[in-house]
Amino acid sequence: MLTKRIIACLDVDGGRVVKGVQFENLRDAGDPAELAKVHSESGADEIVLLDISAANERRATLLETVRRAARQLFIPFTVGGGIRTLEDAAAVFSAGADKISINSAALVDPTVITRIAERFGSQAVVVAIDAKRSEGIVYWEVFTHGGRKPNGRDAIGWAQEAESRGAGEILLTSMDRDGTGAGFDCELTRRVADSVRIPVIASGGAGGAQHFAEVFTEGHADAALAASIFHYGFSRITDLKQQLGAQGIPVRLPC
Amino acid sequence: MIAIVDYGAGNLVSVKKALDWLGQECAITSVPEEVAKAAKIVLPGVGHFASTAALARLGLQSAIADAIGRRIPFLGICVGMQWMFEGSEESRGTCGLGLLQGDCERFPASVKSPHVGWNQLEVAPSSRLLRGIPSSSFVYFTHSYRAPLSDTTVACCEYGGRFSAAVESEHLFGVQFHPEKSGTIGLKMLNNFCAL
Repeated sequence: MLTKRIIACLDVDGGRVVKGVQFENLRDAGDPAELAKVHSESGADEIVLLDISAANERRATLLETVRRAARQLFIPFTVGGGIRTLEDAAAVFSAGADKISINSAALVDPTVITRIAERFGSQAVVVAIDAKRSEGIVYWEVFTHGGRKPNGRDAIGWAQEAESRGAGEILLTSMDRDGTGAGFDCELTRRVADSVRIPVIASGGAGGAQHFAEVFTEGHADAALAASIFHYGFSRITDLKQQLGAQGIPVRLPC
Repeated sequence: MIAIVDYGAGNLVSVKKALDWLGQECAITSVPEEVAKAAKIVLPGVGHFASTAALARLGLQSAIADAIGRRIPFLGICVGMQWMFEGSEESRGTCGLGLLQGDCERFPASVKSPHVGWNQLEVAPSSRLLRGIPSSSFVYFTHSYRAPLSDTTVACCEYGGRFSAAVESEHLFGVQFHPEKSGTIGLKMLNNFCAL
């Protein structure tokens, strides 16, 4: 049976893993290559590395980090942050990534999704959407630039457009929940997952096993991503999977 | 030397990395003469079936067909496995190598497509590629089209119906999943191929 994926995310700044609460107050959590391997061995189904600094002078550092992490990683490996062009994506792929994640640049020029998908295949293109619940009428607004700039677009419509342009997966982050440990935004996740045919990865808010169970059942997510809950040793991924398995959620065990 | 055939479709670094990890001498190449000299051939592939048309254009198809005729072990991965069949619903105008009978087809509308993630194998004990791999092992898939079951099927998988996850016929091997991305289980299969 196709299993629900548990994805460990490494937010990287200047070659170090950091994690903040609601995109701010960063804490140092270690070496990305070392952590990627640790997570893989502890049962992660996939690793996502997001370069949250993405300043131009740090690109070389990122590529070296990707290369080091990829060398000993034999599960799917996604890299995002600051990828704007087909050339940026190609550099990350040749450093050893299997998929790229693209966010702000895809909103500026959605044709970049198609260009990367045509060259590397849709399975290699993840469109990341940072969404925030609006006040008043119920909709989720898309934000760019690490959650700093409101874009005005509705997350559901943007996810559908991304799919039609060649995205292979959607990485959907609830900015309201990110770093809070209060649980995923299941309503947002379900609305997006039910509107597209491609897999949706839920992100933002993981605080315990029950949150993962909820986002898979109520949120219709295909995969769920978390960062800090795994880095600080709060939860071993196989322990999490055993709890999910006991609730009848298909997971990869043993891994 | 193992030739990893580059025909411009997607990213071959992961396959190279896994073979390097296993200590195998391998090279990514798009030169027919180098493919002709290889002791083993790996044909990776992601993306669209139509991209395999480049194999003929680059002179690689005849180099591969010739090597297969000389009984050089061949492993097709993902679209590389689909290319071993006669064709695919994904691109009617593109012919496969026709080593195996049948056409690849789309997943039914009852399931989400593409099929992305870790799914389980039902393994035929006779397989040489899958020697030591127990049934129910998990491997990583990412594809929108699938190959039919046939008498060459040595592993099948269930997603909107059963399909061929691995095929094997003498020195020809194909896997729909990505062994290079399937953890220690996948590395073991690649090691089996290298040890043939």
